[in-house]
Order: sequence, then structure tokens, then C-alpha cells
Amino acid sequence: MAVMTYRDALNRALREEMARDQMVVLMGEEVAEYDGAYKVSRGLLDEYGPERVLDTPITELGFTGLGVGAALGGVRPVVEWMTHNFALLALDQVVNEAAKLRHMSGGRLSVPIVFRGPNGPAEYLSSQHSQALASYWTHVPGLKVVSPSNPADAYGLLKSAIRDDNPVVVLESEMLYGDKGNVPDEEALVPLGKAAIVRLGSDISIISFGRPVHYALEAALSLEKRGVSAEVVDLRSLRPLDEGTIMASVGKTGRAVVVDESWPAASVGAWVAHRVSVECFDSLDAPVEFVSSEDVPMPYNHALELAVQPSADKIVASALRALYLEE
Amino acid sequence: MNTLKPDILWSLRREMVRIRKFEEKAGQMYGLRKIGGFCHLYNGQEAVAVGCIGAMDRTIDKVLTGYRDHGHALAAGLDPNSIMAELFGKITGVSRGKGGSMHLFDPAQGFLGGNGIVGAQIPVATGVAFAQKYKKTGGATAVFFGDGAIHQGAFHEALNLAKIWSLPAVFICENNQWGMGTNWKRVSAVDDFSLMASAYGVRGERVDGMDVLAVRDAAIRALTDARAGNPVLLEARTYRYKGHSMSDPQKYRTRDEVDEYRKQDPIYLLEQRMLAMGAWDESKAAVQDAEADEMVEAAVAFAEASPEPAAHTIYEDVYAGEPFFAGGLAHRKGALAWQ
Repeated sequence: MAVMTYRDALNRALREEMARDQMVVLMGEEVAEYDGAYKVSRGLLDEYGPERVLDTPITELGFTGLGVGAALGGVRPVVEWMTHNFALLALDQVVNEAAKLRHMSGGRLSVPIVFRGPNGPAEYLSSQHSQALASYWTHVPGLKVVSPSNPADAYGLLKSAIRDDNPVVVLESEMLYGDKGNVPDEEALVPLGKAAIVRLGSDISIISFGRPVHYALEAALSLEKRGVSAEVVDLRSLRPLDEGTIMASVGKTGRAVVVDESWPAASVGAWVAHRVSVECFDSLDAPVEFVSSEDVPMPYNHALELAVQPSADKIVASALRALYLEE
Repeated sequence: MNTLKPDILWSLRREMVRIRKFEEKAGQMYGLRKIGGFCHLYNGQEAVAVGCIGAMDRTIDKVLTGYRDHGHALAAGLDPNSIMAELFGKITGVSRGKGGSMHLFDPAQGFLGGNGIVGAQIPVATGVAFAQKYKKTGGATAVFFGDGAIHQGAFHEALNLAKIWSLPAVFICENNQWGMGTNWKRVSAVDDFSLMASAYGVRGERVDGMDVLAVRDAAIRALTDARAGNPVLLEARTYRYKGHSMSDPQKYRTRDEVDEYRKQDPIYLLEQRMLAMGAWDESKAAVQDAEADEMVEAAVAFAEASPEPAAHTIYEDVYAGEPFFAGGLAHRKGALAWQ
């Protein structure tokens, strides 16, 4: 077991997969000579050369589409978006091409590609560079979507994503790149579509993904001091969604708080809350609580930008409401 | 081009006649409501697909196009029965009834669609060319698009990428002069699309898209350049006889304009050439025409006789490997109740 950052865990996954399969290439803005805008691709150019680690012009639509075509041609591209904010320029190529070519061709085409990059609120970046866009991808049949919350999952999920024969979107949390955690020394894949119980509890289930999992764990500690045992479910995969693990947890605790740092309407969290409300109707002792970001674009001011996001305090308040312990 | 062997000339004629007759039949079938939705016919533009695709090495080269794709699909060697069945939405269609008119595919023939978003196929094709270069398979990728698509950012981004990475790609703008109901000159800063190549250091060439031999020559030159890592832009100036799609009343142009272009009909032009070269044979042409008629009749019969897709197929072809669906399948059985 080695302690490494989320960033280095992703780097290790890329390095290992490129060594394992000559068809794996990495392309994106600044990924090669600059070592990546967030240094996820550090050293890969030196190791694998300019044929496999390619700096692109700032043309998200163009190079994302090029990646889709390369995948049709049997290459297994990893397309890095400098951030998911910029991936909106490439939405057409992901939604209309990558996600649909297998279907529209009656199963004759295959698009084994990974789209990855930082997602979610950052700091002091205002509205265009600091937003959580999981819902955009998770909405779309034909895609798989993962959102690791820690280095071991970042490593294991990215490796699985690269080996998958479907287009997979990886939502890396920008604010987690420097976070450290244990990653197994030996190769350890994390399967797509499997949630993790990251904290066992019996009174309430807190269900989240990505960075807010850490707020959920913090909230669980706070609740423990009040005598409440909270279980924390880390979805890890948003598509496919591991409903079995979610429902088993809520079936046991009878209460749920869903946490998503996206905006509330039509979000992953809203969908999960809906599914829990339907599937766990008989075991629920309170309405499902939902903590999201406020329904506003991200402000620049630091106090305000923190105020719009989910937090441990907000999760605790929601949990207490679900437990009828509201103060 | 006078050195072309008669069998190549006859082959070009055969391909164009097959497309023309297929499209005429598709139009009829649309009128009979056997085909629904958007159906964009290729009549008038046959020389472009046939001239280019006929010049390709079908064992290694790849073809992508937009939604007006029946002609390219036929020229690329897709089975006419399976194309017509796809237009009818049948399970025996090339895309199992999932794609329809705009989404014909057959990777076994190097034909990668059939794309419904204007210009979106251009970066995708550039990526296919990337794979050819990366995997050293040889071959080039030809991508067809219209005078509407050339203004999309996708085209410009792709041309730049193809140049900086020396990709074996040939970009073929089929300028049929009408982007739906908008005349190309009203929305273009230049009156010669081949000029756009110069912005990216790419060779551009304009060719008479009604002249299949000229198209073929230009395509051979372009493919040679592309295989050497020099992408090329061709503008094939052509014309579509039918509306943008079947629902187009064509109020934006006059019958005289259409008739004027029919005088330059690509099949007629080739026949005149063959006559001049002494390669014409009336009875041989009649046999070709009859064979094409038989082909389309057989395609319709096949499509008619083919079964509809079973309801459960809606859950197929979405994912490689184990399929999954939001909310699972258990509570969605109602979706299958209609069958």
C-alpha cells in the first residue's frame, strides 16, 4: 500500500494502461510538453513519445470528435478535457456521436474511448470555471460515467474505464487532485457500476459521489457525536448506477440524504432521490432529503462560493430533519 | 482520362445508374409511406460519390458522410436489400432498423456512416484517418459533407488537426448549392470553397461534380497526397435535383434552374463521353439499366418481406457487454406491452 495523491493515482493508471496496451493514446490541451494543466499526465510524453501523448489545439469539438473516430478505427483514446467546463464545446461529439454510434449502426460500431478531466466547484473561479456537470453526461444512454472520490478509486476506475469497450466519462474532482490516500501496490481495478459503503452506520444513509463524499464523512462524524450512526454510500459510478447497494443501505437505515454538488433540477442526486423514494417506499421513515448546490451560477466571492455548495453542516441539518431531530 | 479502359467507364455508369434508380424508388416508397422521417435523396450528385469512392482502395480506405448517404452507401458496396430494409425500418436493415435513412453503416465495407448532425462526421473521419496512421494500416479516409457543413467549426477544427498531424484524410465538400433552402452564396464569405484549404496549409481543388471522370481524377490525386500524409480539400460543384428532404416544397428555386442542371446530368455527360470515345454500346447500357431495375425491385421485395424488429431489440445495441438502463428493466415492462 502506497500513499499517493489523487493526481498521481490517475497518472499511474494512465502509465500502466499505456504500457499494457499499445492502442491507448492520450490527447488533449497541454497534456504532453506541459505535463498537463493539472499535471495528471506528468512524464507520459517522455515515457511514451509524441505519437501516443498528443498536444491538441484548443478545439474541444475537433479533438473530441477526432478521438471518437480514432476509437472507431480501433485505437483506445483517452481524451483529456482541461476541465469539464470546456467540454461543453464538445457536447455534440459525446452525445450525438460517441454515445449513439453503436446504437445507430445496429451494434456494428464500437467506441472504446475515455473522456476525462476535472469537474466540480473550484475556488475563486466564478461561474464558467467552477461548476458540476455530472448531470450532462449521466443523462445520456450509451455512455458510462464515473466519479471517483479518492486516489484508490481514481486509479482503479480510470483503469477500468480505459479497458471498457464503451465511451466512459470520468469526472475528476478538481479540488481533490492534491488529496492523498492509500493505493494498493499491486494492480487493482475498480469495476464500473459498483458503489462503495465508505462508512458503516445504522440510522441514516448519506449517498453522494465525488468530492461531497468527504463532506458526508465529516457530517457522519458530527452526527456520531449526537448519537446518530450514519452510513455513507459513495456511488463511484453514476452510470451504471449501483441501485442494489443504495437500496440495501436505505432498506437497512430507513432514512436517506442524497448529496450532489450539481444544481438541483434534473440532477444525478434528484434521480437517486427519486429512485430511493420509489424502491424504498416501504422502509422509509421520513421523506428523502436532498442537498445540492444552490440554484445559481457560482459567485467569485469566497464566502459566497462556499455558501452555494453542499457542506457538512448542510448535510447534518438535512439528516437531523430526516431523523425528526431538527433543532 | 481518355486512357481509361472501357470497363472502368461502364463500371462508373453502372454505379451511377444503380444509385439513380435506387433513389427514384426510395422516393416512391416514401410517397407510399413505407419510409418515414427525413429522407434525403442523392439524385444529381451521383458523380461525386461514384467518382471518389470508385477511386478508393476498398480493402483499406474508409468512407464517412452526412445524412444524404444512400448514394455513398451503394457506391461503397453496401447490400441494396439491407439499405432498403433499413429505410423501411426492418430488422434486416444494415442498422437493424435503428438508424434509418440518415444512418447507414457497414464497417465490413469501410463505410462508417451516415451522420445526421451537419458537419459532425468531419472530426470523426479525421479520427478514423488518425487510427489508420497510428496503426499503420495504410489507406486513407474520405469524408463527404455539404456546402452547409463547411461553415461549421467542426470542419475548420478538423482541417487544422489533419494538417498538424499529417493525417491521410480527403475532405470532399459536395457543393450542391442549396443548404436546405439557403443558397450557398448567401452564407459564404468565399465563392470557391477550395480556397478555405489555404487557411490551414492544405491543398484545395475545385472540380466539376457533374463530371464523374473529373471527380475520379481529382480523387486519385487527392488520395495519393493523403496517403503521403498531406490532407486535401476537394470542392465538387454539383446539384441536387430533389428537395433537401422529402418534405421540401422547394419554393426557393425555379424549375428552370433545376432543368438547366439536368442538362449537365452526370449520367448523361458520361454517356456522351463514352460515345465520343467510341466506348458506347446501346444494348450494354440497356442491360445495365435492366439490372439496376431488378436490383431496386428486389430490394423493395426484400424490405417488404422482412420482419419488423421485435420490441425487446430496443434494449439491444446500446452498450458493449452487459446492458443496463436507468431504473433497471423490471418496472419498464409496460414499454414492451405493445407487442
